[in-house]
Amino acid sequence: MANSETSVPAARSSDERLRRQSILRSMLSRPELGAVAGAILVFIFFAVTARGTGMFAADGVMNWVTVAGQLTIIATGAALLMIGGEFDLSVGSMIGFAGMMIAIPTVYFGVPIALSVLFAFCGALLIGFLNGVIVVRTRLPSFIVTLASLYILRGMTIALSILFANRTIVSGVKNFADDSFVSWLFAGKAFRGFFIWLAEAGVIGTLPNGQPAVQGIPAVVLWAFAIAAVGHIVLTRTRFGNWIFASGGDANAARNVGVPVARVKITLFMVTAFCATVYATCQVMEFGSAAADRGVLKEFEAIIAAVIGGCLLTGGYGSVIGAFFGALIFGVVQMGILFTGAPNDWFQVFLGLMLLTAVLFNSVIRRRATGER
Amino acid sequence: MASLVKKLLTAFAVAVPVMMSIAPAAHADGERFVFVSHAPDTDSWWNVIKNALKNAAKETGTTVEYRNPPTGDIADMARIIEQSAATNPDGIITTIADFDVLKASIEQAIAKGIPVMTVNSGTADQSKQLGALMHIGQPEYDAGKGAGARAKAAGVTNFVCVNHYITNAASVERCQGYADALGVPLGDHMIDSSQDPTQVYNKVKAYLTAHADTNGILTLGPNSAEPTIKLLRDTGETSKYNFITFDLSADISQGIKDGIVESAIDQQPYLQGYLPVVLLTQYKRYGVMPANNINTGPGFVTKDNIGLVEKLAGEYR
Repeated sequence: MANSETSVPAARSSDERLRRQSILRSMLSRPELGAVAGAILVFIFFAVTARGTGMFAADGVMNWVTVAGQLTIIATGAALLMIGGEFDLSVGSMIGFAGMMIAIPTVYFGVPIALSVLFAFCGALLIGFLNGVIVVRTRLPSFIVTLASLYILRGMTIALSILFANRTIVSGVKNFADDSFVSWLFAGKAFRGFFIWLAEAGVIGTLPNGQPAVQGIPAVVLWAFAIAAVGHIVLTRTRFGNWIFASGGDANAARNVGVPVARVKITLFMVTAFCATVYATCQVMEFGSAAADRGVLKEFEAIIAAVIGGCLLTGGYGSVIGAFFGALIFGVVQMGILFTGAPNDWFQVFLGLMLLTAVLFNSVIRRRATGER
Repeated sequence: MASLVKKLLTAFAVAVPVMMSIAPAAHADGERFVFVSHAPDTDSWWNVIKNALKNAAKETGTTVEYRNPPTGDIADMARIIEQSAATNPDGIITTIADFDVLKASIEQAIAKGIPVMTVNSGTADQSKQLGALMHIGQPEYDAGKGAGARAKAAGVTNFVCVNHYITNAASVERCQGYADALGVPLGDHMIDSSQDPTQVYNKVKAYLTAHADTNGILTLGPNSAEPTIKLLRDTGETSKYNFITFDLSADISQGIKDGIVESAIDQQPYLQGYLPVVLLTQYKRYGVMPANNINTGPGFVTKDNIGLVEKLAGEYR
């Protein structure tokens, strides 16, 4: 994937201001290189340890692809914000809150599902905006500000769901949404015909009832690709992308050269809120319910994916493609350990060790390649 | 760079067999089952079930993998069920923590031809609707009814049901079953005590003062039982009521020993782990399966067996 991006500077190298660099060299110095290498390592690992367990059969693949896809959605937002020099710890709580913003109006107030979803997106963007404004105005670390949002949003999710619905799990959304285009947009399955064809051709397995083992690509995966692609293009091909790097690298210097740092940061907080809401909407539409405990700890998974993907915790460096591969690594490791049949009590130990290995490998490769000290 | 890659590869050459040696699942001779619970890592109640799974696996010569969403997120649990189905196990045992969320995943596993049993949470109806082989759990209404029958035998005519979780339909069913067994309409015999110990204490106190003819008490768990036990200790009316509670805790055990609490209803979680493994094994080997669902509760813990229960608490009880 890095290939197609990097060929562009090489093509323009007739400009005397640009240093000539071999394609290989410029490929190696990209922030996502380590994550790609880590992903390959992880795949090799599971190809050996989880062989014959169904991990690489069609439904097994779709399982970890879905998990990785979900994570990609919030990791993209987290990566952009991190490159812009800030954190958002309220992503997980926002997932729970956005879910309730969709489910409660739909189930209890008879609001059409499309309007509920629109309401949830508006509400989330507003909260993201407030997060951003508070961080920018007070100059407090975003770590603290969004930690407060983490608690406030989680608390509001519980309190409001009890207040309006008298329960913390609101189900039955499907009764209102099944025929709606919103359901199709967030929980549909794409390329059904293609998968039926694959099953008929014997490429993937079939169920005893004749259906293909995988019925289609879940919408959440397509959203993941779309969001990562847009994020990548904005970051690397637009003025706003340059502003993100500048704001995260040195906010004062950026301000001095005329970058609207406050606006950039506030926008990025709104982007993470938007991503969290996409995640929540896909989940609510797929499962037909919202619960007050949805999304617990997902903020850390998003940040971890971004960091595995080569984003610096200090800001100013990183890539969306990297975060994409970071999410892939995390998703594959998370589900892959289950495929190996490792004892559950040790699950989190393995998860931690594998992530540490992937990150170490990643950073070692990157240092070797870029010649950093 | 080459030496580094070599070093890393060597490290993995060591790590991979280690990982595989503790992952016998894919290579075992016996059947392989996956048990998926909804409980977060921190929920100690499930330790009993984990021990039951270990025993059952040993005795049947099968392997059982216990899986749960680390944070208790049911949406994550759906992914774990999908993952389990992808490994083509000989059977899946799962709770129905949230019917709507898990429906598609469980149905997909069944469509794949994997035998599925449901345990613990969920109802027999939901289990049947999903197409599972059977449900093993404690039906709330019947458990309440069992308690009511016990109370009736002890001469209870007027009762109070202390409900600390009134928003949960299952807890109302417990009170209803108890009332039906006594043949008394539930009506205002059920009080919404809330979860706060002080409030429970005062609400029960007010009820018992206003209804002096009450002679039976049903509490639905430690949250409502413990303040009620304290109240009876404070007023000295330790033997005035036939007091039955759901579930066990240290305070409830002491209450049983002191004769304040007549019995505690135990849903016997051990059986919810042990039985599905044994039954699925026989189903796989000989195609036999009981035709009915299995109720693991209500089992009653009384003064007579509290010693054994306390000794095994947290491990097998």
